[in-house]
Amino acid sequence: MNTDMQSIYLAIVLSPLIGSIIAGLFGKLIGRSGAHWVTIIGVGVSSLLSLYAYKYLMFDGGEIFNRAIYTWLTTGGINFEIGFMVDQLTVTMMVVVTFVSWMIHIYTIGYMHDDPGYQRFFSYISLFTFAMLMLVMSNNFLQLFFGWEAVGLVSYLLIGFWFKRESAIFANMKAFLVNRVGDFGFLLGIAAVLMTFDSLDYNQVFAQAPDFANATVNIISGSEWSLMTVICICLFIGAMGKSAQVPLHVWLPDSMEGPTPISALIHAATMVTAGIFMVARMSPLFELSETALTFVLVIGSITAFFMGLLGLVQNDIKRVVAYSTLSQLGYMTVALGVSAYSAAIFHLVTHAFFKALLFLAAGSVIIAMHHEQDMRKMGGLYRYMPITWVTSLVGSLALIGFPGTAGFYSKDAIIEAVHHSSLPFSDWAYIAVLSGVFITALYSFRLFFLVFHGKERMDRHTWEHLKESPAVVTVPLSMLAIPSVILGAFLIGPMLFGDYFTAAIYVQDQHDVLGMIGEDYHGVWAFTLHAFQTAPVYLALSGVLVAWLLYIKFPEVPQKIVGRTNWVYQILLNKYGFDTFNQAVFAGGACKTGSFLWKFGDVKIIDGVLINGTASAVRWFSGKIRNIQTGHLYDYAFTMIIGLLMLLAVFVHHLME
Amino acid sequence: MITLGQVLLLAAILFCISVAGIFINRKNVIILLMCIELMLLSVNMNFIAFSHFLHDMNGQVFVFFILTVAAAESAIGLAILVVLFRNRNTINVEELSSLKG
Repeated sequence: MNTDMQSIYLAIVLSPLIGSIIAGLFGKLIGRSGAHWVTIIGVGVSSLLSLYAYKYLMFDGGEIFNRAIYTWLTTGGINFEIGFMVDQLTVTMMVVVTFVSWMIHIYTIGYMHDDPGYQRFFSYISLFTFAMLMLVMSNNFLQLFFGWEAVGLVSYLLIGFWFKRESAIFANMKAFLVNRVGDFGFLLGIAAVLMTFDSLDYNQVFAQAPDFANATVNIISGSEWSLMTVICICLFIGAMGKSAQVPLHVWLPDSMEGPTPISALIHAATMVTAGIFMVARMSPLFELSETALTFVLVIGSITAFFMGLLGLVQNDIKRVVAYSTLSQLGYMTVALGVSAYSAAIFHLVTHAFFKALLFLAAGSVIIAMHHEQDMRKMGGLYRYMPITWVTSLVGSLALIGFPGTAGFYSKDAIIEAVHHSSLPFSDWAYIAVLSGVFITALYSFRLFFLVFHGKERMDRHTWEHLKESPAVVTVPLSMLAIPSVILGAFLIGPMLFGDYFTAAIYVQDQHDVLGMIGEDYHGVWAFTLHAFQTAPVYLALSGVLVAWLLYIKFPEVPQKIVGRTNWVYQILLNKYGFDTFNQAVFAGGACKTGSFLWKFGDVKIIDGVLINGTASAVRWFSGKIRNIQTGHLYDYAFTMIIGLLMLLAVFVHHLME
Repeated sequence: MITLGQVLLLAAILFCISVAGIFINRKNVIILLMCIELMLLSVNMNFIAFSHFLHDMNGQVFVFFILTVAAAESAIGLAILVVLFRNRNTINVEELSSLKG
């Protein structure tokens, strides 16, 4: 059975890769429809097989697969292998990744319909699916890092998909560089793991981890650091880059320069959650360091709260959703911080569906608006785009955690988990996530009302052409809307309070906040009803109400608020100055350093002294020495005699000793 | 009785004279050739001296060889000299300075 599963897992990973290669290399040959068929079939196979693997592992009681498939190289007693570990956590990610990716492949047919880079696009997104699967299915740190970098690469390629746009090139370079910072930490973390455990295999590392719980390491001479804290924080820095946590979040809003399907797939549903997945996977390590967990918690709550605020002032429809993604990633990170790994993964799953849905709906609106993304030029679209309207509503409700929707269960679980946590700063984190609920509702429904309701503010030409998007767009929307509603109620019981993740995630007893909540858990209904006695639901509803008041009832009020509190507005508009700071200090500093090294190091030292300097020294010396070569025999003879005498002197000198 | 040291000293003096002749002489190429001959002869002197005092005839056999080679060398040298004079119309060492890169 295990070998059968091995071929299935191989097929899951390789079929998107094959699709990608065919569409990428033979795109001209197979044409546009050939490209989308081959990749959709590839990812479809992968998706269906993932569902099968899910069923096998979850319902048929199949065993966890963990085996090396191929040994890349062996050096110094360490094996670098390609291998798969498929447990409950992995299989959940596989289903989410392949399903969302599949939907987005279909959607892309509609969205990229007239784009000249059609085949290239399909090749990239299939390649992304392959890379992401390699990442989640890995059983060792090396392959994890491979997948990590590969998704980063595809993300870079796709942000700069429209490579003739200046802003797209800027954005993809920014994403790449910011991710590099995170990856550096990640690589240090992996190196520390290798140094400590002498192995890169998950199981071996996790098995040995408790032995090193109290180990210390000398980083700067004289100060002892807890080894686990160092490893975990390094790994988490990687997660901060990939999952866009403050202060490495700056690339995510800019990544919206890419085509919308990409924003949905990579920058909302899957790739950015790789960091969350990774920390959950490393739970046996993170559990050993309370300092690292506190760090995770603080970073997460800062991201959740402050990035949500930024969503309030954005006018670009995709950027609002992007900031909401940042904020939701913050929620997941907070959940990781309080050791509620299952809740983080639960939110990851539900978020993948409803956020992909929201992005695709935004894309559908953008198609209808002729690629206009400014919400101030939209409004009243619900008359023309009923399916997009309904699915957006579903997505927004799920995002704000309206009782019954998927987002409600996952977000409520996180908030409860933070409430029960006893880590330092958890009180602050609780306030942050709680007020985050209100902000989430406010910006989500600000977007919703501005786009779909109120006055029709678009120009006449666009207005005349307003129509619902084609079926390739609306079908994926509907397909994603279904899990956005029902998934939460199905998964909450087993995932958070059952033994769904027992084998994959390790939580120490004193951190087990979900266990504490689980004591009061009496089924989905009770959980839903109980929510009406707690603050989050009312905060969410009041957020919706405020959005309605501000953008439907009294649309002139927001301007007045902006006028009164201009300095706050300016701070938000400048995104707290992160971009300005990075641009001035890091980018500017790098430019200055580079220009110094160029003008001084390269031009003066290397070119001037080393290269031209050598040449002119040789020229000067040869000019001098040329005078010796007179052409007169007696001079040569004299030189010869001198040389002979010197040799003789040396010889005699040696003889004497 | 003449000692080995005296003969060797004579040979060394002859050698030094010939070396000095090579680079002090700025006039005539023929003198150069003569100096070279003298140099060879002074070396021959060493051979003979050692041969005599060590009672080994090999040294004297070598001297014959060297004399033969020296004669041949002088013949070639003089031939080159004749050609040189025909071409350059001079055998003044000062003026022969084309031996450079």
